[in-house]
Amino acid sequence: MTTGAGTAVNARREGEGEHRWVGFSTIVIREFSRIIRIWGQTIVPPAITATLYFLIFGSLIGPRIGDMGGYSYMQYIAPGLIMMSVITNSYGNVVSSFFGAKFGRHIEELLVSPLPNWLIVLGYVAGGLMRGLLVGIVVTLVALLFTRLHVEHWFAVVGAVILTALVFSLGGFVNAIFAKNFDQVTFIPTFILTPLTYLGGVFYSITMLPDWAQKLSQANPILYMVNAFRYGFLGHSDVSVSFAFTVMLAATIALFVLCVWLLDRGTGIRD
Amino acid sequence: MPALSLRQLSKTYGNGVHALKGIDLDVESGDFFALLGPNGAGKTTAIGIISSLVTKTSGKVFVFGRDIDVELEAAKACLGVVPQEINFNQFEKVSTILLNQAGFYGIRRRIARARVERWLRELALWDKRDAVSRTLSGGMKRRLMIARALIHEPRLLILDEPSAGVDIEIRRSMWEFLRRLNADGTTIILTTHYLEEAETLCRNIAIIDEGRIIEHGRMSNVLRKLQTEIFVLNTRETLDDTPQLPGYAVRLTDDHTLEVEVSKEQNLNDIFAALTYRGIEVLSMRNKSNRLEELFMRLVEGRDAAETPASAAAAE
Repeated sequence: MTTGAGTAVNARREGEGEHRWVGFSTIVIREFSRIIRIWGQTIVPPAITATLYFLIFGSLIGPRIGDMGGYSYMQYIAPGLIMMSVITNSYGNVVSSFFGAKFGRHIEELLVSPLPNWLIVLGYVAGGLMRGLLVGIVVTLVALLFTRLHVEHWFAVVGAVILTALVFSLGGFVNAIFAKNFDQVTFIPTFILTPLTYLGGVFYSITMLPDWAQKLSQANPILYMVNAFRYGFLGHSDVSVSFAFTVMLAATIALFVLCVWLLDRGTGIRD
Repeated sequence: MPALSLRQLSKTYGNGVHALKGIDLDVESGDFFALLGPNGAGKTTAIGIISSLVTKTSGKVFVFGRDIDVELEAAKACLGVVPQEINFNQFEKVSTILLNQAGFYGIRRRIARARVERWLRELALWDKRDAVSRTLSGGMKRRLMIARALIHEPRLLILDEPSAGVDIEIRRSMWEFLRRLNADGTTIILTTHYLEEAETLCRNIAIIDEGRIIEHGRMSNVLRKLQTEIFVLNTRETLDDTPQLPGYAVRLTDDHTLEVEVSKEQNLNDIFAALTYRGIEVLSMRNKSNRLEELFMRLVEGRDAAETPASAAAAE
């Protein structure tokens, strides 16, 4: 039996829940509108880059390289290239959107509102996830122009792409929080993310590397993401797939907690 | 219940600047309140803390009795803030900015659309609803920020120099709008450099300087503390010499203008009588400066320090 006070508390919680849902969906709609509004910066460049990769590495150089792990080079690199675009775009969306809001001071619109910080993080991360998935789909369509893609494990494909987009959206959020200028927004993607992605098994199997390089590669988190995703398509992975999912899940949780903590502290946004 | 209570509110920035030094302040519900102070006095820091854009070092903030350390979301829901500097996305349309802000406060789109129309019409921005915000004039941008702060119909509205940089016509219409808003029950706190604005609109006042409240009370009581006022008199006759008015300090600024210093124990009738006796006809008269401006300058420069205790709340 519910008491009068209990009913009032429940009603207040329901109202609060609805307010939060409206707030969250407003951030998501705003982020989606931004992605679509600047489609020339968000959707077109990764499609062109992917086309060039498939043309040069897949069609021109690929046949000379021969098979890799029992698949044509084009089939082998396709999942890695899709994942590379997901990583770059989910990260880039959040870092540019949140830093832009900080720089233009309209982040204050959110900070003065009654939305809790965890919901603000979720809203921006949902934006990064949307762009990552949208660009991932576009690059997959480009890949289909060059090769046939067969999915072995749907769960691995969907799970890996979502978790990877979440991890890098959250990474972009941390970067945006600490960034004080536009140089610091591009520093991490240029000097850390790109090398890790290229060395994360997008273009080759780490079994081709000497022992010491294989061991070093295992410290690269992107290796696990690319391989978990490739496993979904080809049924082949250089690393343990269950360990790869554990790494992605742990990184998602740890980064989410870090983002909320930083926002609660006001790091980079409050004096 | 006060709309806003500050208790021993302090802020020291990372660079060591002690912006607020333990201020206490109460603003009653329904009040139209002026928070004045020179640049760097701590006004914007105080507003930043109240709206949770600045982290306080110590002290308490209550918005309609809600402690921001305990019920932050509920406190924020009662509060609308118009900041000093433009802080909306200059690439978004006017109506989108308002719709988004309504969404952040949990207002559904259907209701939000009606409110957007209402506030844009009230602030004469309805024709600009589809304009990209960066194309608006300075005055329009200020009005857009007021509309945005009102979209969730807050009980307490804080305006940090809302009329800075806007022309006199827009400023007057903004005053009218704020008066109506206050009459409808919204508590308003205003910081401004136009002291005429504060004197015209506000019932209560606090003056903050170097992080401390140096004056606080009803506007009329505070103005009464002004010991002397200077009046400027325009005469019909051409004056060659300064007329002597016993007991008054008189200065001839040009051959048709006199400046007379009047203390609060003196009266104007004696001046007119003395001038009439000398055959001098006064055509017009005005205060040399705004009364509040006069008091403000004296307080801030410490000239009236002996006359004014730290808080006039006790005098209420």
